[in-house]
Amino acid sequence: MNGKTPKIEIRGLMKSFGPKAVLKGIDLDVGNEESLVVIGGSGTGKSVLIKCVLGLMTPDSGSIKIDGEETVGKGGRERERIMAKFGMLFQGSALFDSLPVWENVAFGLIAGSGVGRAEAKEVALRKLGAVGLGPDVAELVPAELSGGMQKRVALARAIAREPEIIFFDEPTTGLDPIMADVINDLIRKCVGELGATALSITHDMVSARRIAHRIAMIYDGRIIWQGPTDTIDRSGNAHVDQFIHGRAEGPIKMPVRPL
Amino acid sequence: MGFLQAIGRTFITGLEVFGRLVLFALAALLDVVRPPYYPRLILKQMIEIGYYSLPVVGLTAIFTGMVLALQSFTGFARFSAESAIPQVVVVSLTRELGPVLAGLMVAGRIGAAMAAEIGTMRVTDQIDALTTLSTNPMRYLVAPRLVAGTTMLPLLVLVADIIGVFGGYVVSIYKLGFNPSIYLHNTFDFLQTMDVVSGLVKAGVFGFMVALMGCYHGFNSRGGAQGVGTATTNAVVSASILILISNYIVTELFFAR
Repeated sequence: MNGKTPKIEIRGLMKSFGPKAVLKGIDLDVGNEESLVVIGGSGTGKSVLIKCVLGLMTPDSGSIKIDGEETVGKGGRERERIMAKFGMLFQGSALFDSLPVWENVAFGLIAGSGVGRAEAKEVALRKLGAVGLGPDVAELVPAELSGGMQKRVALARAIAREPEIIFFDEPTTGLDPIMADVINDLIRKCVGELGATALSITHDMVSARRIAHRIAMIYDGRIIWQGPTDTIDRSGNAHVDQFIHGRAEGPIKMPVRPL
Repeated sequence: MGFLQAIGRTFITGLEVFGRLVLFALAALLDVVRPPYYPRLILKQMIEIGYYSLPVVGLTAIFTGMVLALQSFTGFARFSAESAIPQVVVVSLTRELGPVLAGLMVAGRIGAAMAAEIGTMRVTDQIDALTTLSTNPMRYLVAPRLVAGTTMLPLLVLVADIIGVFGGYVVSIYKLGFNPSIYLHNTFDFLQTMDVVSGLVKAGVFGFMVALMGCYHGFNSRGGAQGVGTATTNAVVSASILILISNYIVTELFFAR
């Protein structure tokens, strides 16, 4: 981080749903043009973390700074201005099923940045090309595409406005290994070419190793380990070891009763 | 104690829901007047609500007009008041049956569709996706539907009034043997502007209710297919009930002295 302001700075982030505390004080920095992947099991608060940073959920307490600017509690126009820096790839792609593919990709440009439709379509076609989809796909509706193609369209939509920060929510979940690798490659390429900062959450270790500069592990609502990707095998943390090797036995217990 | 608790809990939950609904409605109304506007979406919703509801509303209206004439004839014959049929048909339709029946039909058709569409968008993260693309989902999804619902239902009701009167006319002339010119003369002689205007105001209120309920329940749906199903049911049921309640209130405001 070279002593500079981190792109994203999260301090003491807490979020509960009723009596259930999901985030119990997250401290996390993401440097400029860095790709940070947060790993962790299902239900450990990964999605809640990313939704809090995006402003889709309001945290109970804590601070989230983007470029040194506090974002918690910002609403309306200010929130929209901050949002313009973000791109998000949703787990289920979340494409607008009433719009053709190109309008999905161009949506942020037309609705958010006020670009004309013709110009936005050109940009959309270029972005679709960047994720390996031809202009023939542009007029289809999302329901006519396979899961892998939908994911690529969603990626094209996330990068269409050339955001400074891109969030990836389980980018490879539900894809076959080859398509997963294609998506990983595209994510590396897009983040690299745009010079964007990336914050991803995943439980797919192959994907994490491919796209991350740095990995952080979330467990029980806290970050229990973080370090450069190549040091994860020597983390010395039993939780991390159990997770990356996918063992059922270890400090992380699943409460399973006999049949 | 358990019984009292249950009453209290239901009451408080009811207040909570009511409060949330009012806040939602106020936020939506603010978003109707605040830019950006989406004329393309408003037009799309207007066509969906206004144009595509014509067959179902027209059918409802024509048979209602026909049955009104028939029922009135057989009923009024008991006290020799058959000649009042034209007035009965036109006043009942414009004041009451046109707006209420059209409102209920549109609640079933449009309220359900809105709740299902917006609900599916909610559970598949499309609403969150709108937010991440610098688009306010209230302004993009809810405001156009409210505008379209409030403006199109009065137009539908106007058409329903005409078709309904025509239905009554057909039955009266061809089945009950009325004189066509006297029938039409009586219809327009006794009709007052206020009858039609009050019906159209009602229609505007009902259209707003239907769109509001569809959007509210869709927006707050949770938990996959089942949640969307529940939201759809709730949208139709609550819109129908609100239509019947507000129908009385508007009638009271217009005609009670």
